[in-house]
Amino acid sequence: MSAGQYVAAAYAVVFVTLLAYVAIIAAKLVRLQRDVSELVELARRRDRPPEPAREVTRA
Amino acid sequence: MLAAGLFGLGLTLSFFVAPEAAVEGVRQRIFYIHVPIALTSYFCFGLGAWKALMLLWRGDDRYDLESYVAIHQGTIFGLLTLATGSIWAKTSWGVWWSWDSDQLVLFLTLFLFYCAYFMLRFSLEEGARRARSSAVYALFGVALIPVSFLAIRLAEDLVHPTTFTRDGPQMTATMFTAFCVMWAAVTLLAYVLYRVELAGKRLDRDLRELREALQ
Repeated sequence: MSAGQYVAAAYAVVFVTLLAYVAIIAAKLVRLQRDVSELVELARRRDRPPEPAREVTRA
Repeated sequence: MLAAGLFGLGLTLSFFVAPEAAVEGVRQRIFYIHVPIALTSYFCFGLGAWKALMLLWRGDDRYDLESYVAIHQGTIFGLLTLATGSIWAKTSWGVWWSWDSDQLVLFLTLFLFYCAYFMLRFSLEEGARRARSSAVYALFGVALIPVSFLAIRLAEDLVHPTTFTRDGPQMTATMFTAFCVMWAAVTLLAYVLYRVELAGKRLDRDLRELREALQ
């Protein structure tokens, strides 16, 4: 390998690592967004008034 | 956006404006990324230790997460320092690593010390005990930073090149400008990543508490 190729490799290592790091953080944020949606749904279900019990009629 | 812009400017200056070094040749251009990353790594470890001190001093839990994220950043930048340094060593010395250089060995020691921080942290249960133990460990590590930073000046091995001496930077004004821009870009990038990761960790913790409260 020439010196120029080693220089390119050094910069590539930095950019690929940082890109991977950003991708991992982005994936975590997507997971957190999903968790927020789940919790909102859970909170809505808790706030909803319970449905009235149906009368059971016997023939 | 500012970090990306600075990075673009720094790369342009490093590759197209700064002149080629007389002795080192093209491989000297690794210096523009290697040294700023190494300095940022030291800064992150130092910040982690400072936050650890604040935790022990004030007892505020938020410093635990801040210290952890700073050390995590420092470890990533430390890994990049070792990788880019090894590539430079291969072009200059013909080997990927030299155990004769005190600077290299001390930096590796510092890096491994903070790698062990995560082993300690995740071997303990979450809570005040883990926060305090991690903080004490992070504070011990900070002693290695000045030793590692000054090793190159204290040692007389002359294996690792010295660019900044008592007479100032040993480079042209254009080279120094390119270096400063790259340093600012890497520091700003590290800061942005620190804020994003910290926000994510805090949100994760808050959501866990909210889930427990709702269930």
